[in-house]
Amino acid sequence: MSPNTKMTITEKIISAHTETEAVQPGDLVMAKVDLALGNDITAPLAIDIFEEAGAKKVFDEEKVVLVCDHFTPNKDIKSASQCKRVREFATNTNITHIYDGGDSGVEHALLPELGLVLPGDLIIGADSHTCTYGALGAFATGVGSTDLAAVMITGEVWLKVPESMKFVFYGTPNKWVTAKDYILHTIGDIGVDGALYSAMEFTGTAVTALTIEGRLTMANMAIEAGGKCGIFEPDEKIDIYLKGRSSRKYEKFTSDPKAEYIDVREYDVGKIQPLVALPHLPSNVQPVDDVEDIPIDQVVIGSCTNGRIEDLRLASEILKGRKADSNVRLIIIPATPMIYRQALNEGLFEVFLDANGIISPPTCGPCLGGHMGVLAEGERVVATTNRNFVGRMGDPKSEVYLSNPAVAAASAVLGRVAGPSALGL
Amino acid sequence: MKYKGKVYKMGDDIDTDAIIPARFLNTSDHEELGSHVMEDYAPDFRGSVRAGGILVAGRNFGCGSSREHAPVAIKVSGVPIVIAESFARIFYRNSFNTGLAIMESPEAVKGIKKGDEVEGDTESGEINNLTTGEKFQAKSIPPFMAELISDGGLIPHLKKKLEK
Repeated sequence: MSPNTKMTITEKIISAHTETEAVQPGDLVMAKVDLALGNDITAPLAIDIFEEAGAKKVFDEEKVVLVCDHFTPNKDIKSASQCKRVREFATNTNITHIYDGGDSGVEHALLPELGLVLPGDLIIGADSHTCTYGALGAFATGVGSTDLAAVMITGEVWLKVPESMKFVFYGTPNKWVTAKDYILHTIGDIGVDGALYSAMEFTGTAVTALTIEGRLTMANMAIEAGGKCGIFEPDEKIDIYLKGRSSRKYEKFTSDPKAEYIDVREYDVGKIQPLVALPHLPSNVQPVDDVEDIPIDQVVIGSCTNGRIEDLRLASEILKGRKADSNVRLIIIPATPMIYRQALNEGLFEVFLDANGIISPPTCGPCLGGHMGVLAEGERVVATTNRNFVGRMGDPKSEVYLSNPAVAAASAVLGRVAGPSALGL
Repeated sequence: MKYKGKVYKMGDDIDTDAIIPARFLNTSDHEELGSHVMEDYAPDFRGSVRAGGILVAGRNFGCGSSREHAPVAIKVSGVPIVIAESFARIFYRNSFNTGLAIMESPEAVKGIKKGDEVEGDTESGEINNLTTGEKFQAKSIPPFMAELISDGGLIPHLKKKLEK
C-alpha cells in the first residue's frame, strides 16, 4: 500500500495505534491505549465491571490513572466510600498513578502537569473532558465506565475513526479576549452538536500564539460541541512545556497539507469580544458587554477548563485592589496542588483574600453541583467552567453563565454579569 | 428485540445532568440511580412511564458528561429503549455497553406524539407507531455493534473473544 498523504493528525495517531497502516474516517478499529483514566465517579462503576468480568490484573500498572477529584475532599459518606473503593482497587492491582488527597487535583489539569500525557498518545478516559489532552497533540476521548473497564483489562479500545473539522484562528485578540472566548465563539457558531462524532482540529496563527494552557482550555470544551476530540498540532512550545515533566519518548504528528476535512471554518480573533454563554447551553453565546443588568450571587473561578495558573493570574489582574460585591460569593479553585502553591508564592492569594474571595482546595466540586459552592433556587453564578445545563451547579432553578476568568472576576466585583470594560479596564 | 410501550416525549439536547443530576452520582447502586432518573428535569417522568415505556427525544440526546449512570438510570427506571433524532457520542457507546436499546430516526421522532403506542424492533430497525399506523426505518447499526448486542454487551463480547 502506498502511504496515504491525505491524513489528518487524528487519523495518523489512530493508525499508529492499530495494525492498519492508514485508517479512514468511518473505519471501526481496535486501538492500543497509552493511558486510561478514571475518577471517583466513573472508576467505581468500572471497577465493579472489571471484577464481574473476573479480571485480576490491569493491562499495565503504569498506564492506568485513577484520580479522586469530583467530590473530594469527600463531601459525604457515600463519596468517601467511592474513593475508598478506588484506593483499595489501586492497591490490589498495583496501579502506580492513584491520586487521592494532597497530591490530587482536577484530573485534566493534573495529568498534563505530571507529564503523563504526551504528543502522539492515544488516551481513553471515563470522563467527557478527556478531550482536553488534544492540546498536547494527543488523541484523547471520553468514554463510559464499561469501556474503561474493558481498556483496563485488555489495553485496547474500539473506535470509529472520526471525520475531521478544521477551525482556523487568525488575527490578534483584543484585550481580555482569551482561549475561552475562542472556543465559546466556536461552539456558538456550530452549536452543541455541531461537531457530533467529529475531531475538531484547531489551527492558525492565533492558536499557535496561545500558551499550552490556553490550548488546554480550548480542547477541553470540544465535547461541548459534541466533538470526539479537540486537537492541536504539537509545536516547539510543547517540547518546552514537557521538559522536566516526562522522559518518555514521543512523536509529533501533523496533518498532511492535503488532509481532508468535512468542514473548514476561519475566525478572525480580532472580531471576537469577551463572551458569556447564557443559560442553559454552552452555545448560547453573547458578547458580555451586550448583556443587560443581570445580578449574580456567586462567581467560580476554577475547573479543568480555567483553573490553571494563567487563569488565576488573569483573575488577579482584575481583582487587585478591588473587592467582590457584598452580594457575591467569590470562589477560587486552583486546579492542582502545584497551581495552588504557585498562586500562593506569587502572592495571588493575598489579592483573592483582600477581594473577599474564598480559596478552595483543588476539586471539581461546584462545577457539577457537587459541593464547595452549590447554588440555591433562583441563584445565578458566573463560572469559568464548561457547562451551563439546567441544574448543573445546584438547584434546577439556578442559572450558570460561562465566561473567561477576567469576565468572571469583573462580574464578582460588579455583582452582575459584566466584563472588564464595565470597570473601565 | 422488540419493544412496545407508551411514549414519553422530550426535546433536543437532553443532557446527562438532566437524566441524572451529578449530586446522585456518589453511588454505583443501579436501583438507587434509577430512582433519581430525570428527577429535576421531568419530575413526572418516573411516575408516568410504567415499566416498558418508550422515551422519544430530539437531537443530541445524552450530551454532556460521560457518566454511564445515565443510560443505567433510564434502563433501571423501566424504560428499555430510547428513540431519538440523534445521540451524543459517549451516550451512544454507553447505551450499547449497558444494554439500553437505542434507535436513531429523525422521521420517527417527528411522527410520534406523547402517549402514542409504539413498537421498536432493534433487529430490523423498524419503528411502528401503533396509534397512527405509521412506520419508520431507523438508521442501521454497524455490524460490529450488532455483534456487541448479540453477545450481550462489551464485557460478554470480550469474554467470548478471550475464550477463543
